[in-house]
Amino acid sequence: MNKSVIFGALTIAGLTAGAAAAATLDDVKARGKLNCGVTTGLVGFAAPDANGEWKGFDVAVCRAVAAAVLGDATAVEFVPTTGKTRFTALASGEIDMLARNTTWTFSRDVDLKFDFVGVNYYDGQGFLVPKSLGVSSAKDLDGATVCIQTGTTTELNLADFFRANNISYEPVPIETNAEGTQQYLAGACDTYTTDASGLAATRATFENPGDHMLLPEIVSKEPLGPLVRHGDNEWGDIVRWTLNALITAEELGVSSANVAEMATSTNNPEVARLLGTEGTLGEMLGLDAEWAKRAIETQGNYGEIFATNIGEDTPIGLARGLNAQWTDGGLLYSPPFR
Amino acid sequence: MSDSQGHSVAFVRTETIPQSAAPLTAAGPVKWMRDNLFATPANSLLTVAALYVVYLILSATLPWLLNGVWNAGSLAECREILQGTSGACFAVLTERWPQLIFGFKYPSTEYWRPVVAFLLMFVAMAPVLFFDLPRKLLIVTGLFPFVAFWLIWGGTIWVPIFALVGVIVGYLVYARFVAKSFAIGFFGGIAAAMVVWYITGFILPYVTPEEPFLTAVPSRDLGGYMLNMMLGVTCVSLSVPLGIALALGRQSSMPLIKWICVIFIEFIRGVPLITLLFVASVMLAYFFPPDQTVDLFLRVVIMITMFSAAYIAEVIRGGLAALPKGQYEAADSLGLDYSQAMRLIILPQALKISIPGIVNVAVGLFKDTTLVSVISMFDIVGMIRGPILASTDWNGVYWELFLFACAVFFVVCYGISQYSQWLERRLATDHR
Repeated sequence: MNKSVIFGALTIAGLTAGAAAAATLDDVKARGKLNCGVTTGLVGFAAPDANGEWKGFDVAVCRAVAAAVLGDATAVEFVPTTGKTRFTALASGEIDMLARNTTWTFSRDVDLKFDFVGVNYYDGQGFLVPKSLGVSSAKDLDGATVCIQTGTTTELNLADFFRANNISYEPVPIETNAEGTQQYLAGACDTYTTDASGLAATRATFENPGDHMLLPEIVSKEPLGPLVRHGDNEWGDIVRWTLNALITAEELGVSSANVAEMATSTNNPEVARLLGTEGTLGEMLGLDAEWAKRAIETQGNYGEIFATNIGEDTPIGLARGLNAQWTDGGLLYSPPFR
Repeated sequence: MSDSQGHSVAFVRTETIPQSAAPLTAAGPVKWMRDNLFATPANSLLTVAALYVVYLILSATLPWLLNGVWNAGSLAECREILQGTSGACFAVLTERWPQLIFGFKYPSTEYWRPVVAFLLMFVAMAPVLFFDLPRKLLIVTGLFPFVAFWLIWGGTIWVPIFALVGVIVGYLVYARFVAKSFAIGFFGGIAAAMVVWYITGFILPYVTPEEPFLTAVPSRDLGGYMLNMMLGVTCVSLSVPLGIALALGRQSSMPLIKWICVIFIEFIRGVPLITLLFVASVMLAYFFPPDQTVDLFLRVVIMITMFSAAYIAEVIRGGLAALPKGQYEAADSLGLDYSQAMRLIILPQALKISIPGIVNVAVGLFKDTTLVSVISMFDIVGMIRGPILASTDWNGVYWELFLFACAVFFVVCYGISQYSQWLERRLATDHR
């Protein structure tokens, strides 16, 4: 069987290679499964648990899209990708969408021909210091030794930050997060810098997390979000508005607990449009009326997803910070459902 | 001798004195220690220093090992149990054991299938590795790839059966024509097998049952140490024959074959394995439509096999070059044709010389299978670096997990090297 598949594939490879780009929605529906690219494992964002079930903040976005499109949050084929394979997997059509804590940058959006559909986590580079160092601001770090991953944007951000504040530092180059943790704990450097969410997750693994703190300064912008291929705007719209539905649901007070009740008894017209009891938003997307309701029902709203996976009650313990709703002083601001 | 002497002498010992034990300082552990540990003052000093280092290492690691926690739900729980004392958190191994061995997606109700395949593997390998065993066992070896494929991947049983039919038909064609010419037999056999596979490819959809006896498991769901074993066994067993063919091809007097082999070997040897793996996983995806790609496992097997075949070819070329020219001439003068000369005279000697080198490549290849973790396949290292260390429960458990990976690899690699030493002794026909 494999042989004939190979031959068949070889003959029609040239003919259909380009056709993958169009009509992703039809492909997904015909397949009955959403192929979603995730990381091979990042604490809190995506990792399979002891039963092999994928859990995490990015995973919830995949499941929400599957619930909206296919009506089944478990109809997702998670395709683990590394930092090196993620973009080719998306470009070649192996996956329908990528939700892999990927920073939205100009060149990825324009040059690599992807569409970032939004931001599900505003990250930024932070500093982890032992409390015994007696530092309360990154600007006090003059002359400090800094553990930093080589060849990353964090290295450049660090240089920029220290130069802008006219203070000096001594870099201790490291290769991986594991190495950085060991060096930092061994006291080889005064402070360890990488993405703040990563620092929080790292700190959670320490024997005495209370002895260490994250400094308030965030020195770079790392908007992380799901992305799709260029050229299939209908599919991009579905992913974008599923994410927006989760954010709007939190803003409007719709949660997985009360969504069924809200759908029948709400007086708020925007909630009614969101949950499909009014208007034809689902139809415009090429879905049924209850697409957003299913996504919220199965995954919860943005705030619930945040709280279960990376929020303050989890070992990772991230505060909402920039990722609060705009009404609470954060950056989350979904366009209206109208 | 006369009896009279016995009466004239006052005392004659009639039995030998029983052997008395050697003095304490000239035998036993004391002598051994004096000879080996404290022969000279410098020697004694080194011994004491070495003992001290051993003590330092053991005093640091033994409490950690012996005080290990085997039952806990997370790293935090481990630390709670240890109460600040030094101790390993082996609980991660017990909790994630199935994941370390089978990967995180292999259905847990089907774990018995790879286990059975693993046990069968020993039966199948035995007649190849130990040639004193009855030759009839080779039938098991021949059937093993198909049975193992069916067990591990599941699905309809007709796939391995049709594959087997193709191989048998190919062999029959080969056996029918090989007497006339080796080339006709060889390529005719391959062509016949291809035809059978092509035809059965059309029959297959009609005989595939809705609910196969063994649920199908896609390659993407394979993982853990099982994946390392599968890649290692498949690639070693494929690359040895391919390597022999390449080594012979490189010595061929036919320029076309010679240059194809030379270019293949030199190209593959000049490229890092990880590059080939990236090509297999990333680049090939561009050339196929999304729905019809060659299975990722197969792509990786092809790449690793090509890689190690090129190395094995060079090892065997060394063996061929080490044979005196007289052996080739002797074979020619006996009137043997090329394939007979190779099969009966040259290769048995050349391969014997090459054993250490081939084993070296095999051990290296087996360890190189962990490289597939960089193309997001979840072999044992991929499982550790990805899902297990990224879970909120076990983030931060490095030593225990990587020590475990070291241990399982050591067992297999040490076994291979012991086997090869036995083989060398067994095949030693010269008088040294």
